[in-house]
Amino acid sequence: MYKIAVLGDRDSIYGFAALGLDTFPVKNAEEAAKTLKTLDDGQYGVIYITEALQLALEEEIDRYTSEYLPAIIPIPGVSGNTGLGMRNVKKSVERAVGSDIIFNNDN
Amino acid sequence: MAKAHINPTRMELTRLKKKLATATRGHKLLKDKRDELMRQFLDMVRENKTLREKVEKGINAANKNFVLARSAMPEEILNVALMAPRQEVFLESQRRNVMSVEIPEFEYKTKTPDANDIYPYGFAFTSSDLDDAVKSLQDILPDMLRLAEIEKSCQLMAAEIEKTRRRVNALEHVMIPEMKEKIKFIKMKLDENERSTQIRLMKVKDMMLEQAHHYSEKYHQA
Repeated sequence: MYKIAVLGDRDSIYGFAALGLDTFPVKNAEEAAKTLKTLDDGQYGVIYITEALQLALEEEIDRYTSEYLPAIIPIPGVSGNTGLGMRNVKKSVERAVGSDIIFNNDN
Repeated sequence: MAKAHINPTRMELTRLKKKLATATRGHKLLKDKRDELMRQFLDMVRENKTLREKVEKGINAANKNFVLARSAMPEEILNVALMAPRQEVFLESQRRNVMSVEIPEFEYKTKTPDANDIYPYGFAFTSSDLDDAVKSLQDILPDMLRLAEIEKSCQLMAAEIEKTRRRVNALEHVMIPEMKEKIKFIKMKLDENERSTQIRLMKVKDMMLEQAHHYSEKYHQA
């Protein structure tokens, strides 16, 4: 049985609390890195993280990409969509195929 | 190529031949694995793309709704309204094996039996915009969970494909040619040894015949 966490700045994530996801509002990247470490205890199956933080914590998050769980999924924050999430998908295509054949370099 | 430390013996030759057979078989299997993984990965990544587009659009819309809701009511009331969530979401995860890659499959459960039981506040003091905002977020939650599942699977499969591709290439372009080269070298060396033994024997035979019958003396006398 896993829970779902949402990590990000307060304005971007407070709505998720109403749905029953565990929200972890953080103010800056250092705080987020610390929180992310505490979340990695097997309790959480999915961690949604705002794109802004994903960018700041790229190194920490890369460690989890080859782990079975947790799945760390970037979502757009309140400041808008930066296209980072899509870039991640593109990155895994490039990793697997060797070149990007799905997006045809349109972003 | 480092031929210096190969023993040109029959034993080594048999060993190498066996190794080559294993490598060729392994190469074929890994190639099949790679192709099948790739096929499934491409299907999945396409779904990942459309799903992500949908989720990002949904979250952006929900965020707009929340901004509206916040502008329509005081901050404290909003905080109080969302302070104690009524609903909780749990995930049940199952592992599915796709060509030796374990990918997760999520099934989610809500704490209260009605999944739409999401408003953790009374309706008296909050604006209806907040209801809309919470509802819009609730609507994309299933898609978000599916996205998590698919995106994680894509990452895991991408890693496996990369690994498999490396192995296939290493076998195809390094290991197998190297072994073939070594086998060829040993064969040539053995043939060469055999020829030199043959010549030596012929020479010795000549010498022995010479000793026994003194052909050359007879030839000179005649």
